[in-house]
Amino acid sequence: MLNLALSIAFVMVGLAILLSFIRLIIGPNTPDRILALDTLYINSIALLILLGINLQSALYFEAALLIAVMGFMGTLALSKYLLRGDIME
Amino acid sequence: MLEWILAILILVGAFFTLVGSIGLYKLSDFYMRLHGPTKASTLGVGAILIASAIHFSFTTDGVSLHEILVTLFLFITAPVSAHLMAKAAIHIKVKQVERTRQLEK
Repeated sequence: MLNLALSIAFVMVGLAILLSFIRLIIGPNTPDRILALDTLYINSIALLILLGINLQSALYFEAALLIAVMGFMGTLALSKYLLRGDIME
Repeated sequence: MLEWILAILILVGAFFTLVGSIGLYKLSDFYMRLHGPTKASTLGVGAILIASAIHFSFTTDGVSLHEILVTLFLFITAPVSAHLMAKAAIHIKVKQVERTRQLEK
C-alpha cells in the first residue's frame, strides 16, 4: 500500500517539477522566473523527503533542510536585486 | 492502519504539490501565478513532512520531530518571499491582464 502511494507520489511530484521547469524557461518576465525557481526548490524538498521515506534513511532530511535555507536566501537575493539593482549597497 | 494514514498523507501532499505547479504553469498573469505555489509550499510539503515524521517515529526508536523544523521554516519564509516577489514585480511594472485589478495611481 505504502509502496504504491509512494510510486504515485513520485510521478506527481516529478510532473510538478517538470511544469515549474517549463515555466522557468518560458516565463515572460524576471519575476516569473524567480517564482518558478522558488516553486522548483519547494518541489525538490518534497521529492527528497519522499526519497527518504522510500529508502528508510533519515539522511535525506539534512539535504532538504539545506535546500530550504539556501533556496530562501536565493529568492531573497534575486528579489532584492530586482528592487534595488544591487544586492548589498 | 498506519500504512493507510501514511499513504493518504503522502497522496494528499503530492496532489497539492502538483496543483500548485499546474497553477504556476497555466495561470495567465504574474499576480495570479503568485497564488498557486503557496498551496504547494504549505499544504503539499507540510503533509509530506508530517507523513515522514510519523513514519520515522514508528520505525526508529524515539520520537522523530525534526521534520517539523522544515515545516516551520517554510511556513515562516513563504509569506516573506511572496511579499518580496510581488514588490519586485510592482517595481519593474510587470504586464497584467485585464482581469487583474490595476494599481491606483
